[in-house]
Amino acid sequence: MDALGRVVKPKTKRAKRFLERREPKLTENTKNAMLIKGGNANLTVTEVLKDIYAVKKPFAVLYKKKNITRPFEDQTSLEFFSKKSDCSLFLFGSHNKKRPNNLIIGRMFDYHVLDMIELGIENFVSLKDVKNNKCPEGTKPMLIFAGDMFELNEEYRRLKNLLIDFFRGPTVPSIRLAGLEHVLHFTALDGKIYMRSYKVLLKKSGCKIPRIELEDIGPSLDLVMRRTHLASDDLYKLSLKQPKALKPKKKKNISHDVFGTTYGRIHMQKQDLSKLQTRKLKGLKKRPAEKSAQDGGTSPKKSKSAW
Amino acid sequence: MAAAVRVEELLAAAAPGEREGLRSVSVEKELELEFDLGNLLALDPNPPPAAGLRGAGPRREAALRALARDNAQLLVAQLWALPAERAGGAAGPLVASLPEPSCRLPREKPPPKPRPPTRWEQFARLKGIRRRKRTSLVWDEQAKEWRRRWGYRRAGGDPARSWLLEVPAGADPEEDQFAKKRQEKRERVARNEFNRLRNLARAHRASTAVPAPPLHPTGHQSREELGLAARVARVSTASLGRFQPRLPKEPVELPPRGRCSKKRRFEPVLGDLAAERGRQLELLKAMNSKKPALDITRAVNKQLREEDAEAAAAKGKKQKQRGKRGRRQQQRPARGGRKSGARRQQRPAGGNVTGGKRKKA
Repeated sequence: MDALGRVVKPKTKRAKRFLERREPKLTENTKNAMLIKGGNANLTVTEVLKDIYAVKKPFAVLYKKKNITRPFEDQTSLEFFSKKSDCSLFLFGSHNKKRPNNLIIGRMFDYHVLDMIELGIENFVSLKDVKNNKCPEGTKPMLIFAGDMFELNEEYRRLKNLLIDFFRGPTVPSIRLAGLEHVLHFTALDGKIYMRSYKVLLKKSGCKIPRIELEDIGPSLDLVMRRTHLASDDLYKLSLKQPKALKPKKKKNISHDVFGTTYGRIHMQKQDLSKLQTRKLKGLKKRPAEKSAQDGGTSPKKSKSAW
Repeated sequence: MAAAVRVEELLAAAAPGEREGLRSVSVEKELELEFDLGNLLALDPNPPPAAGLRGAGPRREAALRALARDNAQLLVAQLWALPAERAGGAAGPLVASLPEPSCRLPREKPPPKPRPPTRWEQFARLKGIRRRKRTSLVWDEQAKEWRRRWGYRRAGGDPARSWLLEVPAGADPEEDQFAKKRQEKRERVARNEFNRLRNLARAHRASTAVPAPPLHPTGHQSREELGLAARVARVSTASLGRFQPRLPKEPVELPPRGRCSKKRRFEPVLGDLAAERGRQLELLKAMNSKKPALDITRAVNKQLREEDAEAAAAKGKKQKQRGKRGRRQQQRPARGGRKSGARRQQRPAGGNVTGGKRKKA
């Protein structure tokens, strides 16, 4: 139901724009994240949420108040928030004795929970603790995932997909090469996931490609995977479905070789080969006598009669 | 000689530095990284060096940073290899055009469904009516300037402040024209809103259409359903609806005869004398004419066509069963024999018809 298809029509242009922003589209908006505090969120968890908010600005919403909900039991509260703020990614932080320093990272499809993964924070270094110059807000980060666990384990694969979705930012057609400043590096080792965030310094090297030096800026997280609530296969497949209009149009009559040669096909109309433009050779030029013979005896020049 | 030696020294001095610079950009990895440049993404399938990362503290950080540096170097090398150009003239920043992101990520919302056309849109498509683009500004003669077509300060003057309304020729002089105008506007707005909601309801019904059972219990029945229900109720009597009284505008529908139409119908004995006379004269005329009553060519053609249709149907079935073989091995039916056979059948039948009834004139 678009803005035109609502029972109550929007009365102002602003309201109409607001509704049009939220309706389903062919190419979607950048996903927003909502950062929520749970019933008893301690200092660590609050700091983590604030730091992630700083990384994800302006595509994030940080809620100040504590919300007493349990996402793994009841998802209606999360879905309500998602509908209100039009956010499809969420990060829920909580703390209790059984699950200390808990972070639930998840995403929505059509305002219903698609995937949720619970992570425990083992070690946290905040942005404030590392004192140096940070990257400007809103830089698109480079994402690197190291470790074979991200390929082998199904849950880790989904986590990788979720983290890419969370941190990737807006999709751009081109990027300024000098502005590649931020790197987020995730390493999976021994059941732990190390998330580090670095600033990129481009140094001179002998060739065109600069040498990279990394400087650690915050935040750094050591995470442990706890519970997961992953979407069923068919729901996941449904969410991946792209409309046909977005598929790249195949150009007809162009084919590619194994070696990279491009072949094209041109369809010609039937040509009259007698009227083909070839090189003019003086010897083959038609003489006036031959021409008159071809015309069937009628001479091109009419003799003037005296009548 | 001295100059050559000095040149060599210079080169030797420069070479290690240059080699170092070149070395520092290359990274050795066991397995190649996977790149998704549209997302600025790199995936390293190599298991991380467990030795360096075992102990906690700064050693681990250094090891992680080294690993990150190597991976980032490879990713940046890939990004620098993309086709780049200078945006905004020669002095602008170097901008690389990114390819489409290849990593498949789930959507936020399902793709939009096209809404069904409204009644007007269907009609317009049928008639071939297309939208005329209207200008947003209209020339106002009175104000001698371009004004909006509708809205604030519109071309025809503010309708709310029109202080004079003419009483039309055939109208009651006591009637309040202003009230009438207001009433009409209210009616128009209400009608528009009603139509819009009706279109929405139709679209909603179409989108959530469940193949409904043919007959509902009471309530929420559409026009077609009510008609169907009435028809079924009529036929559900003991005499199959033959003696049911009809509603004033109910159309007379003949019941489907099916297998029960074996009963022959005869005209009444003392009926229409003129019609009977006409029928008998027609009969005599047919008997007296030299033309055979049965047009043989037409009958034969009809028979041939039927047989052709049957043969085609049979061939189609056979082809489906046999596939390509059936088409190749088809046998053409013998045409000549059938034709004569048909003829032979018709002749005696034709003879019977003429010779059957003979009536004295």
